Amino acid sequence: MALPSYTETRYRIWHYIYIGICTFVFFFLIAPLFVIFPLSFNAEEFLVFSEGMKNLDPDAFSLRWYKDMIYGTKNPWGLAAKNSFVIAIFATIGSIILGTLAALGLSSRHMPYKGIIMATLISPMIVPLIISGVAIFFFMAKVGLAATHTGIVLAHIILGTPFVVITVTATLSGFDHSVTRAASSLGSNPVNTFMKITLPLILPGVISGGLFAFVTSFDEVVVVLFLAGLENTTIPIQMWTGLREQLSPTILAVATCLIILSTLILISAELLRRRSERLRGINR
Amino acid sequence: MSSEIKQILTTDGIPLEVSLKKAEKKNKIKAFLLVAPLLLFLIITYVFPIGEMFSRSIDDKMITNMLPKTFKEMENWDGKELPSEEVFTAFYYDFKVLVEKQEHGKLGQRLNKEKNGFNSITKKLFRQVKRKKIDESISIKEQVMKVHKRWRNVEYWQAIKRTAPPYTLAKYLKGMDMYYGADGSITQVDEDRRIHRILWLRTLEIAFFVTLFCFLMGYPIAHLLATLPMKYSNLLMICVLLPFWTSLLVRTASWMILLQQQGVVNDFFVMIGLVSDDNRPEMMYNKVGTYVAMTQILLPFMVLPLYSVMKTISPSLMRAGKSLGGTPFVAFWKVYFPLTIPGIGAGCLLVFILAIGYYITPALVGGASGTLISNQIAFHMKQTLDWSFASAMGLMLLTGVLVIYWIYNKLVGVDNIKLG
Repeated sequence: MALPSYTETRYRIWHYIYIGICTFVFFFLIAPLFVIFPLSFNAEEFLVFSEGMKNLDPDAFSLRWYKDMIYGTKNPWGLAAKNSFVIAIFATIGSIILGTLAALGLSSRHMPYKGIIMATLISPMIVPLIISGVAIFFFMAKVGLAATHTGIVLAHIILGTPFVVITVTATLSGFDHSVTRAASSLGSNPVNTFMKITLPLILPGVISGGLFAFVTSFDEVVVVLFLAGLENTTIPIQMWTGLREQLSPTILAVATCLIILSTLILISAELLRRRSERLRGINR
Repeated sequence: MSSEIKQILTTDGIPLEVSLKKAEKKNKIKAFLLVAPLLLFLIITYVFPIGEMFSRSIDDKMITNMLPKTFKEMENWDGKELPSEEVFTAFYYDFKVLVEKQEHGKLGQRLNKEKNGFNSITKKLFRQVKRKKIDESISIKEQVMKVHKRWRNVEYWQAIKRTAPPYTLAKYLKGMDMYYGADGSITQVDEDRRIHRILWLRTLEIAFFVTLFCFLMGYPIAHLLATLPMKYSNLLMICVLLPFWTSLLVRTASWMILLQQQGVVNDFFVMIGLVSDDNRPEMMYNKVGTYVAMTQILLPFMVLPLYSVMKTISPSLMRAGKSLGGTPFVAFWKVYFPLTIPGIGAGCLLVFILAIGYYITPALVGGASGTLISNQIAFHMKQTLDWSFASAMGLMLLTGVLVIYWIYNKLVGVDNIKLG
C-alpha cells in the first residue's frame, strides 16, 4: 500500500489513520483468541496472568489443567467430547444428504416456487436460535425424542442443512450442465451420472457445506440446552455450565483444543474453496 | 400458420407441443422430488412446531373445559349485576366436579391471574364443598355468597366471564406490559412494572448499536482486504475467518477473561494511567461487556458480505473519478461508496438479525442490565415454565425478524448469501 510520491500531506495523514484503524480492528478480531493460550498453561487456579507468568518463570506454567481435562472427574469432558463428536458426525451426514439433494433440485431451472422454497429451507439459519430451540423442543417432547441423541441429531440436521444448501447451490451456479447431458447421451443412467460426473465436481462445495454443518452442530448450545438430559451432555453444554458457575482454567484448556480444531477446519475450508474455484474455472 | 406447427409430430406420433409439455412437467416433478425430503422434514420438525407455538401462545382452553356449565349459563347474563341463581348453581356443580378431580387449586391459580383474591376464596369454597356444608335442596346462590364477601362482588363474576373464550391474547399483551382491565379494555401496567418494554427497547438498542459498530469497524477492513494484493489479503483474511470458525463459547470465554476486573484490559488501562489500580471499572456484567463481545463476535458477518461486494468493484473506477478532477474523498463518496451499498445492506441486515436474537453472550457477559429478550424467553421456558408466555414472546420476536428477513430477501436475495 505504498503511496505515490505526489500524494498531498493531508491524504498521507489520512492514509496512515486508515491503516491505524485497520490494524486496530484486526487486532480486536484476533487478539482475544490468543489470551486463552497462555492462561490455559497457568500453574495457578486464577484466570489472570500471575507475576510469574509475566516474568516468564517456567514454574508458573504447567499442564495441570490439560491433565484435569482428560483425567478430572468433576466435569465429564470425556463423555461430552464423545457425545459432541457422535452427534456432530451424524448431523453432518444427515445435513449433507438432505441439503445436497435439495440444492440439486433448487438449481434445476424447472423448479417451481423456487423463491419461497429457498426461503423456507434457509429459515433455520435466520430465525433466532432461541425460537428454533423452543419450537424443536415442543416437537421432540411430543414425539418422545427429548433427551435422546436422536432428537439432538435431528435438531442439528435442521440447523445444519441451510449451510449445505447455500454452499452446494453456489457451487452448482457455475456448473456446466452439458457434461451431464454428454454422459446421458453416452448411455449413462442418472444415478451413474450423478456419482461419476456431478458429485466429483460439486464435492468441494458439499464438503465445505458439511464443515459448516459440523461446526454448527459441534458449537451449538441453545437448542441442546432445551433438549439434552444428563446423558446427552456436549462440550458446549459443559462450557456453558462452567462459564456460568465455576470458571476454572480447565475450560481454557478445552477452549485451546477447540481453537486448534477450528484452525484445522478453517484451513481445510480454505483449501476446498480454492479447489472448488479452480474446478469451476474461476481464476483470479 | 398455427395449425401447421401443431402438425409437427415426434417419432411416437404425439404432437411436439404435447410431448414438450410432458417433458417439462416431468422435469418439474423430478426437481421437486429432490427438494421434497428436506422440505417435508423441515415442515414436520420445524415449521409445524413454530405454528404450534402460536396455538400454545393463545390457548386458554383449560379453564373453558373446567367450567363448561357456568359459561353456558353465563351466556344469558348481562354482566352488570350479580348473576342469577342458575349461574351460581352451574358454577357450584362445575366446582364440585373439580373438587372430585382435585383440580380446584388450578382453577384458583388461573382465576387469581385474572383478578387478585380468587385463590383464597376458591379455597374457602373448597372447604365448604368438601365438608358437604352446602345444601343442594335450597338456594345455592345464598350459600355461596355467604362463604366469602367477594363471592357477592360482581367484579369477581365479571372476571370469570372474561375467561370464557378458549383463546386469549393476554400473553401477547403481557409481553407488551398491558393487560385486560376489569371492564375488558386493554390497560397499561403501572409505569414502574413495565419490564418487558424495557427489554424490547434494550434489545433493539443493542442490536442497532452492535450493527453500527460492526459497520464502522468492518467497512475499513473489508476495503483493505479487497484492495490489497492477494498474497497479503489472504493472510489478513485469516484474522476474519478464524474467529468466524471458532466456537462462540470460546470467544465469549476469552472476553470474560479480558474484561474482568483483574483482566488484561483493565491491567492495560492501569498501565497507561487511564484509571487507578484501586478504581478499576466494571466492564463485564453490564452493557459495555455485551457491546464489546457481540461486536467482535458478529464482525465477520459484516466483513464477509462487504468484502465480496467490494471485490467486484474495479479499481479503475476510483482512478477515473480522480482523473476527472475529484479529490480522493469526493471520488470515494461519489463513486466507490454508492457501489458498496448492496454489501452494506446485506451485512447490516445479517448482523442486525443475528444480534436481535442473541442469547448466549448476553447471558454470560451481560449481567442484569445487558440481558435481551431472548434471555427472557429462556427464563420463562426453564424457570417459570410459563411456556405459552415464552411462545408468545418468541413469536413477537420472530415477526420482527421475519420482516427484516423479507426485506433482506427483496434487497439481497437469500440465494446470494455467501459463506466464507
